[in-house]
Amino acid sequence: MSFESYVSILDSTVRLGTPLLLACLAGLFSERSGVFDIGLEGKMLVAAFLSAAVAYTTGSAWLGLLAGIAGSLVFSAIHGLASITFRGNQLISGVAINMLASGITVLVGQNWFHQGGGTPALSGAARFRDMTLPFANELRDVPFLGPIYAELISGHSVLVYLAFLLVPATWWVLYRTRFGLRLRAVGENPAAVDTAGVSVVALRYAALAIAGVLCGIAGSYLSTALAAGFGREMTAGRGYIALAALIFAKWRPWQALGSTMFFGFLAAVSIRYPTIDLGVLVIPNEFMDNLPYILTVVVLAGFVGKAIPPRAGGEPYVKER
Amino acid sequence: MSLMTKFLGATAALALTAGAALADPAIIYDLGGKFDKSFNEAAFHGAQKWAKETGGKFREVEIQSEAQREQVLRRLAESGANPVVMTGFAFGDVLNKVAPDFPKTKFAIVDMVVNQPNVESIVFTEEQGSYLVGLMAGMASKSGTVGFIGGMDIPLIHKFECGYAQGVKAANANAKVLVNYTGTTPAAWNDPVKGGELTKGQISQGADVVYAAAGGTGVGVLQAAADAKILSIGVDSNQNYMHPGQVLTSMQKRVDNAVFDAFKAGADLKPGVKVMDLKAGGVAAAMDDNNAKLITPAMKAALEKATAGIEDGSIKVHDYTTDNTCPVQ
Repeated sequence: MSFESYVSILDSTVRLGTPLLLACLAGLFSERSGVFDIGLEGKMLVAAFLSAAVAYTTGSAWLGLLAGIAGSLVFSAIHGLASITFRGNQLISGVAINMLASGITVLVGQNWFHQGGGTPALSGAARFRDMTLPFANELRDVPFLGPIYAELISGHSVLVYLAFLLVPATWWVLYRTRFGLRLRAVGENPAAVDTAGVSVVALRYAALAIAGVLCGIAGSYLSTALAAGFGREMTAGRGYIALAALIFAKWRPWQALGSTMFFGFLAAVSIRYPTIDLGVLVIPNEFMDNLPYILTVVVLAGFVGKAIPPRAGGEPYVKER
Repeated sequence: MSLMTKFLGATAALALTAGAALADPAIIYDLGGKFDKSFNEAAFHGAQKWAKETGGKFREVEIQSEAQREQVLRRLAESGANPVVMTGFAFGDVLNKVAPDFPKTKFAIVDMVVNQPNVESIVFTEEQGSYLVGLMAGMASKSGTVGFIGGMDIPLIHKFECGYAQGVKAANANAKVLVNYTGTTPAAWNDPVKGGELTKGQISQGADVVYAAAGGTGVGVLQAAADAKILSIGVDSNQNYMHPGQVLTSMQKRVDNAVFDAFKAGADLKPGVKVMDLKAGGVAAAMDDNNAKLITPAMKAALEKATAGIEDGSIKVHDYTTDNTCPVQ
């Protein structure tokens, strides 16, 4: 294998890992506040659909992004209403969101565009185009570092850079701000936060809203940057892989970057090399596709350190009986 | 969930029987979906053309999962649809089982041979059409490296690949053909993101013309090629319009004509194998205003020569499915 093909696989890793990273950070905020969020998949799907639909109609990818975020926020609000205000089961609410998204996108899409639930192909300003960073073309011929800069670092959509910047931002918010401290506390011991006079409900809604925005960006990236248009079920399980990555990262932002990029790398490799021949045995494609889930089980089983979820996760907060 | 399926099934059955005048023709689309801009969409256009010309009505079903194949096929046959046309080799086994149960119904299957007395099997000589577009790819490529992206990894798509490779080598014996397949399950027909990633991979290896024989996945291939400002080749339907000036040509497989003919024949459909080859207009390299600027006079001349050669038999294009090998790599 040549050096160029390594760079090309890593390039592909960044593209495929970005939606996972955004969704994983969304899950991080939500779960750190004590609200499990199985509905990442559904929120991304709705955002992907609305982004593509609005971008196609208006011809602007940025308006599409806003629409995607709005749609995802609405779904976040539904999740919040069911699981925070009405203290319903968070997992069931999340599953319901996924099913609702899967149905409503195709139904509305068919009604609007009559293309089997998809949107027409996007072109021009309706898509986020790849950005060329300064000097990328001039430095291309520099040995070793040139291709890395020109291919791997430059030449991605603006949303990719945004996603990477969100990692330190998330770390800063969680560990260096008052809001972050309270958010983490509300996921561990909401009663203590409540005793201190901080509203548990407001904090959890805020966390879900942030998760909604991040899922919106993830969905928008899928349909208006990675692909050119929405297709039925286009998230294809990425929300679940992001959840797996979140557990793998043990609910920490920098580790989330690592785990999502690792899963992105697995996806990139399985696309390029459908079967990997190790001489003695052949690894089939399906194994690579399922590796994220297998690894998650391994981590959860406690083989690689211990994955301890936020203590109050999954439980609605009851102030008084 | 299963209760839900039953309800849906019951409603679908009701809808089918309610709307059915006797002997309306019917068509079943494969998993790529009716609007894949390629194979299934071509079939839809054929059916639409028939409806327009005759004023008749036809019924259509888009299957959503493997399990629905037999269910849908039986239900259409039971409700009196005649003929029932299905697009895709994957219906082969199911049809072999279902056809004997409905001796009075005529079936037509595209891309597969099913030996039953009431089935018309429509097959295309994809290797000939692919040879022609391969020839054009070989001439248009400046880097001497061209790509092929197949959908599901099955002999039928290897037939495309092999014909293409032979055409490329005929134009430039030193050319390199990069080959990737999207997957090994029918989901590979509808995965544009994966198609785009594969294309980017081939571009990074130097490909400057990429041929997509991948149904709905091809949309992603053509998009990635257009984004990178290289040429692409569409398949099944004429896809030149999707990125004008960026799609070199399309290997048109006249599934639309096949469906149109089958619908027109109605209950008098002639069972047996129908081969739609280059001579019969079954396959062709699509030419229109969108790609006119990309076609050089030399390319045109070579194309005409190759077409004549294939038709009179002086150029033999190897068919992969006859022996599962390809003479060129």
